[in-house]
Amino acid sequence: MTLDARLVVTRPAFTLDLALRVAPGEVVALLGPNGAGKTTALRALAGLTAMSGGQITLRGRPLHTLPAESRPIGMVFQDYLLFPHLTVLDNVAFGPRCQGVSKAESRRAAAELLERVGLADRAAAKPRQLSGGQAQRVALARALAVRPELLLLDEPLAALDAHTRLEIRSRLRRHLADFDGATVLVTHDPLDAMVLADRLVVIERGAVVQQGPPAEVARRPRTDYVARLVGLNLYRGVADGARVQVGELRLHTSEHLEGTAFVAFPPAAVALYRTRPDGSPRNLWEARIDGIERHGDNVRVHLDGPITVFADITPAALADLDLTPGQRIWASVKATETHAYPA
Amino acid sequence: MSAPVQERPGPARPRREVSARLPWMLVVPALAGLAFLVLPLAGLLVRAPWSTLPQRLAEPHVLEALRLSLVTATVATAACLLLGVPLAWLLARVEFPGRRVVRALVTVPLVLPPVVGGVALLLVLGRRGLAGQWLEASFGITLPFTTAGVIIAEAFVAMPFLVISVEGALRGADQRFEEAAATLGASRWTVFRRVTLPMVMPGVVAGAVLCWARALGEFGATITFAGNFPGTTRTMPLAVYLALETDPEAAIVLSLVLLAVSVIILASLRDRWVSAP
Repeated sequence: MTLDARLVVTRPAFTLDLALRVAPGEVVALLGPNGAGKTTALRALAGLTAMSGGQITLRGRPLHTLPAESRPIGMVFQDYLLFPHLTVLDNVAFGPRCQGVSKAESRRAAAELLERVGLADRAAAKPRQLSGGQAQRVALARALAVRPELLLLDEPLAALDAHTRLEIRSRLRRHLADFDGATVLVTHDPLDAMVLADRLVVIERGAVVQQGPPAEVARRPRTDYVARLVGLNLYRGVADGARVQVGELRLHTSEHLEGTAFVAFPPAAVALYRTRPDGSPRNLWEARIDGIERHGDNVRVHLDGPITVFADITPAALADLDLTPGQRIWASVKATETHAYPA
Repeated sequence: MSAPVQERPGPARPRREVSARLPWMLVVPALAGLAFLVLPLAGLLVRAPWSTLPQRLAEPHVLEALRLSLVTATVATAACLLLGVPLAWLLARVEFPGRRVVRALVTVPLVLPPVVGGVALLLVLGRRGLAGQWLEASFGITLPFTTAGVIIAEAFVAMPFLVISVEGALRGADQRFEEAAATLGASRWTVFRRVTLPMVMPGVVAGAVLCWARALGEFGATITFAGNFPGTTRTMPLAVYLALETDPEAAIVLSLVLLAVSVIILASLRDRWVSAP
């Protein structure tokens, strides 16, 4: 049930061009900022948005020539779109009914799926009587009821509050692990993507900018967007041995590289000094404080200078250093805390 | 006289709490307009022969006209539903060239004088009409001056009410539910039957009731196309008109019946159509 697709959708001022391969049982997350084309890609796979080019094959058979209702897919929409006039049971039985299964048999199958998502007792309820988490599980059951070969999830957790999200995310992970077809899920939340997906495909402005296993993407971001998502400072420069020239600044790294390279380091690795420190750590530069904000339990300091840097320090350090925006300051990062990799 | 008096300084409020005197240039015409709408109906109630009302209502020609009106209006509404709902769906859901022109054509009977509609129907479906000739020659069917003709005249005049109401409901319905149904394997017909129609049902019901009320009151097209024969084409409005010349009290009784039916319809629709937002 391998999915092999090249999706091309051309709109005025926007072009999506995306190659996608998903193995049976694999969960691929399309991750990207708003307007990157994630949902367009998903709708193209479903047949809800017409493609201007490319093709989709699933298990070797062409999919792009079929209308949405003939594709062997199941789709979970962002706000679920449960039919308001049908009961939960009939919502889940809707798909099998459309496939020509008898009423009794589809209801039996629906009841079984509701049992599996833990909602057997809500079968007679109408969608508006459900909580957000319950509606999400019904939407998943409804999509699985058609026995899809390709499961499509559009921001499946976006409509949930933080607490429900945590629980539903781990439930969804178990269900996705049980599903033996290909799964493509769209999200802008890196945590959802990391937890749910076997592989991330990062899309920006309609094109793939990076893909790989979540851990790999998190460790070696290749765009500013990905770096921000995973919370790293990221720079592109030219490497010469254990040094990478980034603009005017030469950063010393622990890896030896040649040619264009990325350097990444976490905001917590940046040390700040009011005056030029003695002993001169090798990566030292003078910067201007651009802004200061809370960041979890810590304080995030935005620095301007030869490179733009986020530095995380403790509130105590903030008080000690007596930092104010606009102030000039010294910043340093140890070579061992940086990570350099080829661009 | 409109000098604003501010009771206390402060941020501007959206509404003045101390209202100035109402301007008579608006209030007087408003009250006159209200009287103009209500007084004739009140007059109908005042002049009604209440003491003899039960006997008059039970008179055969009254019952006959009432029965004919109810039957034809109901059949006309059913025909409008059968043809009008798909037409509304086509206008709301399918992109085709000339859609705006078609939508404009659908609303023509709304503004067309019904008599003109009746003449037009005669020209097409009359015994010498374009389609009427063929209908008579091939099937021996003649429509003018028959009960079927009444139904056709009523449907012609009333269908736009249904189409406009249902199309509005279709446009207001969230089409993503239809997409969800498609991803579950539903054909367009199944989507319409199991998702679209149930979701716009309130609009269909409201449209059908309006359509039925319009058909019930139809006069001009009916008398032109179907004539005025007791028992076959003389509906309530025609009976009222005829009675006014011979027996004014009977006209009042018949009018009261139609008024009662209208009020009942208005009351049943008040939540959806009549009440202000």
